[in-house]
Amino acid sequence: MQWASWSFFFNMGGYAFYVWFSFGLTALCVLWEVYALRKRSRDALHLATLLAQD
Amino acid sequence: MHMNWFKFSSPATFYPLAGKLVPWFFWLATLLALVGLYVSFALAPTDFQQGEAYRIIFVHVPAAWMSMFIYVVMAGWAAMGLALNARLSAMMAQALAPTGAMFTLLALVTGSLWGKPMWGTWWVWDARLTSELILLFLYLGFMALQSSIDDPRRADRAGALLALVGVVNVPIIYFSVKWWNTLHQGSTINMGVAPKMAATMLLGMLLMALAFWMYSIAVSLLRVRCIMLERERSSDWVKALTAKGAK
Repeated sequence: MQWASWSFFFNMGGYAFYVWFSFGLTALCVLWEVYALRKRSRDALHLATLLAQD
Repeated sequence: MHMNWFKFSSPATFYPLAGKLVPWFFWLATLLALVGLYVSFALAPTDFQQGEAYRIIFVHVPAAWMSMFIYVVMAGWAAMGLALNARLSAMMAQALAPTGAMFTLLALVTGSLWGKPMWGTWWVWDARLTSELILLFLYLGFMALQSSIDDPRRADRAGALLALVGVVNVPIIYFSVKWWNTLHQGSTINMGVAPKMAATMLLGMLLMALAFWMYSIAVSLLRVRCIMLERERSSDWVKALTAKGAK
């Protein structure tokens, strides 16, 4: 373990903004992409089902 | 012996197969990311020059690798679609582009966030950064071109040509730090740190890269399923699929 305590960990040796922004943005992009694709899947299937009923 | 590989090149058979594969790749990606983050933050030591700021490497380098790798795979699918007139190959290329663009953007932004504390600037027009920015424009151009042409098969061909021309940019990005005198540091693999320290850093980076790779497979399979449904909604296989109430 590299850290004496959680506050050292969160502080990232003074680079907290840069490090956590990088990881946070990556996490947000990934979560957003998965969410958007799930929605797109549902919509595409829904529309295909509607069209098939005609 | 008589396994018919062309069977999987039809959307009707590939759609359910992709659906079965998606959760496995998501779980693999999650597991690799959890172990990768543990190694990156708990095991990898502080860098003797850059302090803790260097930990950005664990997202920056995997994102940059994926941005180039996805482009090459995308161009490969596009070429195959063009050569064999195979619509599923073209759809694979189309499915990869947004994820490739996302990783390119992440590589640029995390690079910027690393450059500011280390170089004192968010951005510099050096060969590595500029060619990576061009990669982002290539992805966006591919996506814009595809969506601007109504006839999907014509859009596939136009997109494939753009993707293939743009592929020359990938070796330029990769070798830019060797060919030109750049502010960007050289290849990460030969970092000037003691071998034992480099081992956990390298392991963290590789695990994160593998996680991003598995993630990319999962989301592009998910996206290609959407594209198949959207493009072929009036075909018989989609009608059969919705009639069964499949998901």
